[in-house]
Amino acid sequence: MTEPPLLSVEDVEVRYRVTSGWFGGADVHAVNGVSFSVAEGETIGIVGESGCGKSTLGQAILGLTSVSAGSIKLRGTERDHSRRTHMQIIFQDPQSSLDPRLPVWRLITEPLHIRGGYARKELIDRATELAVSVGLRPEHVDRYPHEFSGGQRQRIAIARALAVEPALLVLDEPTSALDVSVQAQIVNLLLGLQAERKLSYVLISHDVSLVRHVADRVAVMYLGQIVEEGPALDVLDAPKHPYTRTLLDAVPSFERPLASIAARAGELPSNRTLPTGCFYRERCPWATTGCELPQLLVPADGLRAVRCHLVTGVNETAIPRLASPSASLLPNGAGT
Amino acid sequence: MAVDGIAAPRRAAPRLGIGRLWYRVKGSPLTLIGAAIGLLVLIVIIAAPVLAPYPPDKISLSARLAAPSLQHFFGTDEVGRDLFSRVLFGARASCGIAFAIVIISTVIGSIVGCLSGVIGGVVDTAIMRLMDVFLALPALILAMALAAALGPSLFNAMLAVAVVRVPAYVRLARGQTLSLRNRTYVKASRSFGASPGYLLRWHILPNALSPIIVQATLDLGGTILTAAALSFIGLGAQPPTSEWGSMVSSGRNYFLDQWWYVTFPGLAILVSAMGFNLLGDGLRDMLDPRLGGR
Repeated sequence: MTEPPLLSVEDVEVRYRVTSGWFGGADVHAVNGVSFSVAEGETIGIVGESGCGKSTLGQAILGLTSVSAGSIKLRGTERDHSRRTHMQIIFQDPQSSLDPRLPVWRLITEPLHIRGGYARKELIDRATELAVSVGLRPEHVDRYPHEFSGGQRQRIAIARALAVEPALLVLDEPTSALDVSVQAQIVNLLLGLQAERKLSYVLISHDVSLVRHVADRVAVMYLGQIVEEGPALDVLDAPKHPYTRTLLDAVPSFERPLASIAARAGELPSNRTLPTGCFYRERCPWATTGCELPQLLVPADGLRAVRCHLVTGVNETAIPRLASPSASLLPNGAGT
Repeated sequence: MAVDGIAAPRRAAPRLGIGRLWYRVKGSPLTLIGAAIGLLVLIVIIAAPVLAPYPPDKISLSARLAAPSLQHFFGTDEVGRDLFSRVLFGARASCGIAFAIVIISTVIGSIVGCLSGVIGGVVDTAIMRLMDVFLALPALILAMALAAALGPSLFNAMLAVAVVRVPAYVRLARGQTLSLRNRTYVKASRSFGASPGYLLRWHILPNALSPIIVQATLDLGGTILTAAALSFIGLGAQPPTSEWGSMVSSGRNYFLDQWWYVTFPGLAILVSAMGFNLLGDGLRDMLDPRLGGR
């Protein structure tokens, strides 16, 4: 690869201090060493159950949450002020992501308004243009958010994100607060905009079928780590990591009765103190010797990487921890 | 490229426009009464010299302690001053002061509270502990202590009551700021690169305002009472200023034989305090987001 990818996330860790009592606080380890990259025009889907750190990761990419370790680079350079215009975020709930006291034209052009130097008329014109491009009517720009349905509000949020011509959008559960019929419209709008504007998406979702439909590549997160990553159809149709299998099995379908799913489910371990060894060991039906060692994300076949020694045959014993980021980039996992 | 119809944008009715507010007020008779009393007080404050039949200080020794009549609607006091005129002018001292107090404490309280919430950390803790100290003292006692320390005058009483009222607004504004700071639209605005000042100006203050306005209206009634109480015990308005509290105070000597002397200033306090409370209650119901009125 000659040119650095649009977005590269390298070994990002996010910790929160949750309690600050007299006896020291506890940290939440929300994201624990996540690396991935996004090319121009590509969509990467990030899936995982609630609490696995996927939304935190999305906010960390935008700089809304500070990163405890690792780096997030845009076109090879560390994020700086310019990232504001290159990356934008769409939030899950369009009800709360739009200030109820501002008219739509003002909401859509908020990023420009913050930047300053635009006349009111320019902002209204720009807002109208953007509103039309996301399927709203020109006269909508004078109204207030409470006059719109959920789907229309999400369109407003999308128009707002597009106001500064970003190269990448982080979509944080963009459809899960919407009615099923509206979800499809929003997904199609997003796909249309991607084709039109060569956008890259980081799609954060627990909706496996949405990810299958939209994403080029998929990263499966568990307890703040990526456990499996690869081309969307490969990962979702032939999962390798035990957790990915459990996750996909949990998608309800006619072939699988729900009873068989419930038996396999379990609670996500606490992220206050991270488990030693494989994070998934306690819930894994195939847990065996070797699982007590930390697991590495290494290429399994072709374009896919899996964090499970049963699949890859690699254990961390021989590799010092600091070498782990580069290890995943080497062709053979650089170890036993 | 402008789209048709944008050259002259049609302004939609604002969410809290006068028309919308009126529509809601109509549904609530008590709020309407409160609003009417508030309006009446405002008119009296502005137009007292026009409405009053006599100057408030005009002494007429031949008509001392006269009972209510067509010449003197509310009777006269011990030096023959017309009580009706004095009650009208008293609105300036009593309610005007209350307005000033509430405006001063609201503005100071909101700014300090929002800043405290936005800055956070040590500054926030220091401000809030200071406010706790103020809140720990009974409001009237603190106002009395301040008024006594600064010397009895209308201005000092005003200052004292304003200081006492500030903590409530600081807490309210800070609480609003803390909850708004984590709203998604504030986060979104931050992701676009908004500065704390921008967030405060465009997202936090406008959204924190309605509970503050409600609190201020509700406080008007209480402030009228506090200001009157200070004057009643002689720490507020000084004679010959006509002020309802001090009128009640001097009238209580004549209460058994000349009932009108205390009754009319007392009623003025009662009616105006009740009116602002009704208005505040109504506004709270209208502006409370949980009741769907936002």
